[in-house]
Amino acid sequence: MAVLGWGVAFLLFFPILWMFLVSFKTESEAILPGLFFTPTTQSYAQVLDRADYLNFALNSVVISVGGTVLALAFAIPAAYVMSFHPGKRTRGTLLWMLSTKMLPPVGVLVPIYLIFRQLNLLDSRTGMIIIYALMNLPIIVWMLFTFFKEVPKEILEAGRMDGAGTADEVRHILLPLTLPGIASTGLLSLILCWNEAFWSLNLTTSTAAPLTAFIASFSSPQGLFFAKLSAASTMAVAPILIFGWLSQKQLVQGLTFGAVK
Amino acid sequence: MVRGSGSRAASVRRRVTTMLALAAAAWCGPASAEPTTITVATVNNGDMIIMQSLTRQFEQAHPDVRIRWVILEENVLRQRVTTDIATRAGQFDVVTVGNYEVPIWAKQGWLRPFDDLPAEYDVGDLIGTVREGLSVDGKLYGLPFYAESAMTYYRKDLFEKAGLTMPEQPTYAQVRDFAGKITDRRARTFGICLRGKPGWGENMAYLTTLVHTFGGQWFGKDWKPEIESAPWKSAIAYYTDILKKDGPPGATSNGFNENLVLFAGGRCGMWIDSTVAAGLLYDPSQSTVSDRTAFAAMPVGDYTGGPTWLWSWNLAIPATSQKRDAAKTFVQWATGKDYVRLVAKEKGWVSAPPGTRRSTYASEEYRKAAPFSGFVLKAIETANPNGQTREPRPPGASGAQFVAIPEFQGIGTAVGQTLAATVTGRNTIEEALAIAQNATAQTMRQAGYPK
Repeated sequence: MAVLGWGVAFLLFFPILWMFLVSFKTESEAILPGLFFTPTTQSYAQVLDRADYLNFALNSVVISVGGTVLALAFAIPAAYVMSFHPGKRTRGTLLWMLSTKMLPPVGVLVPIYLIFRQLNLLDSRTGMIIIYALMNLPIIVWMLFTFFKEVPKEILEAGRMDGAGTADEVRHILLPLTLPGIASTGLLSLILCWNEAFWSLNLTTSTAAPLTAFIASFSSPQGLFFAKLSAASTMAVAPILIFGWLSQKQLVQGLTFGAVK
Repeated sequence: MVRGSGSRAASVRRRVTTMLALAAAAWCGPASAEPTTITVATVNNGDMIIMQSLTRQFEQAHPDVRIRWVILEENVLRQRVTTDIATRAGQFDVVTVGNYEVPIWAKQGWLRPFDDLPAEYDVGDLIGTVREGLSVDGKLYGLPFYAESAMTYYRKDLFEKAGLTMPEQPTYAQVRDFAGKITDRRARTFGICLRGKPGWGENMAYLTTLVHTFGGQWFGKDWKPEIESAPWKSAIAYYTDILKKDGPPGATSNGFNENLVLFAGGRCGMWIDSTVAAGLLYDPSQSTVSDRTAFAAMPVGDYTGGPTWLWSWNLAIPATSQKRDAAKTFVQWATGKDYVRLVAKEKGWVSAPPGTRRSTYASEEYRKAAPFSGFVLKAIETANPNGQTREPRPPGASGAQFVAIPEFQGIGTAVGQTLAATVTGRNTIEEALAIAQNATAQTMRQAGYPK
């Protein structure tokens, strides 16, 4: 069983490992499957020389964090109402929200592009934060809804007996109780934002371009580019990968948070 | 009292006016000294990377213009720029477009013409076939910074060993014969490498030229597809047969880059592809066969003189750009004669932008650094993109290794996939051509041809 577990883990991790190895090869070695080579950092040097990595990385951080915070700010009250004061149409609303995720994004590219043009949001961080928040809102509301559902109504009622208003109820009882869940939701949203490539490539040009645009600039129609592309990709995934490892405990704790604690 | 308040009001008014004037001055003052920043969207190929690295030289010579680069993969760029121009959003001031798009976009009114180029730009120096491909009604809508045609690369040593001589102008019958004699599967040497990866710019670019020289064409009169005609059958039979017998395994995953790697690694006896490969194959740091590579013209079938292969990358200014003058300054700089000399000085003559200007090919130093340059020039000059195929083309049809209509991207890629399946043996040639014919006919009907 353990062997199987390790096997699957290795299989999942292998592409990242391979990318990491290729990024230290020369361009002509990169196209060969060899495992033994003299490592070189020339691809990293070329990538850094040609593009302003820090600027792209900063945009990624600002947009991902901004999008996640904005989405949580809307999702927490929404999920609270839906789980503790459900109405006739709550079920339908939840399903409808999820259904918006089923539309391929390219289907709404032109309308969104026109709206962004009209509001002067093209190639702006504000615009990207809004689009990412909207993009992740359905998933975040659903996750928070299931986490909140786990909290017994009686606890909130007890609080209300002691004179807590809705705001106190949420702030002092609900949020502390479901913090692992909220944290893991936030983490998931952060990762989704970081990896999102369709909107970030289509709605940004240079000032708000995140790391996905940085990677896209190293694929070439002529000549060899695997080593440089791997170096750029390694640099792009490194921050979120390390962040993911550090917060692994919270993530697992949050995702398994629920009835069978 | 009344007078007093009146004078106070007047003094307030005066003060406000002064402040407004100062504010206005502050507003306008730096604006006139502030450089204009233009956004240039482009692809990631060698010549564009050199151009990007020379940005500083441009900005030093033109302190009033700053450049922001947006580099994207070719297909992403096409989609991105099309969305932006079609919605008139104006995010880009200069865009990199192929000679496939320039006439189509110009007819849509998406690009600004270059109709007031200064005399020192020397439009007449641009190579004729390239310039024609970028003109609509006599007006230029893009200025080229790179152009390519196609030619045959072969291995001198393998030909000598087999006792063969490559003529300057080979025929496809000779190529078949050569390939058979060179293939040595045990030594992992394959007689010929050709594009097999499906796509309108991959296998269909090569197959279109092959079909032309076998006497066929995409569309006949009234834009009716002619994919089931005899020339198509013989061209596709030739292609699948030679790839199966003398091509590398898994040929359908090989595009330009993959074949470049195979040839540079000594796996191919011949390779017919873009002229841009010459510079890479002759570069010892990128090719293990740099001293054993030779070249000849692109092979011909039984119809000669028709359209062969011509691709150019060009800089164009979208009609939506608000910074037209700065954009024009940049485009003229990047495609001018002085720019060629600047690249030669900074990076060596072998890196000079190919295929665009006669003056580049007239340079003694360039001919010395690039021994293949004469062939490249001749291939580009005789590419004949507006030329006639054996049977008359539909009115207004142009393009050498593509057909310059908006529908061709979709058609070419779909037909490319069907024909790749023939190479892998999943369908017969007759089946594949029938599928391709029907699908293309349907697309053309839906698009409302004949127009």
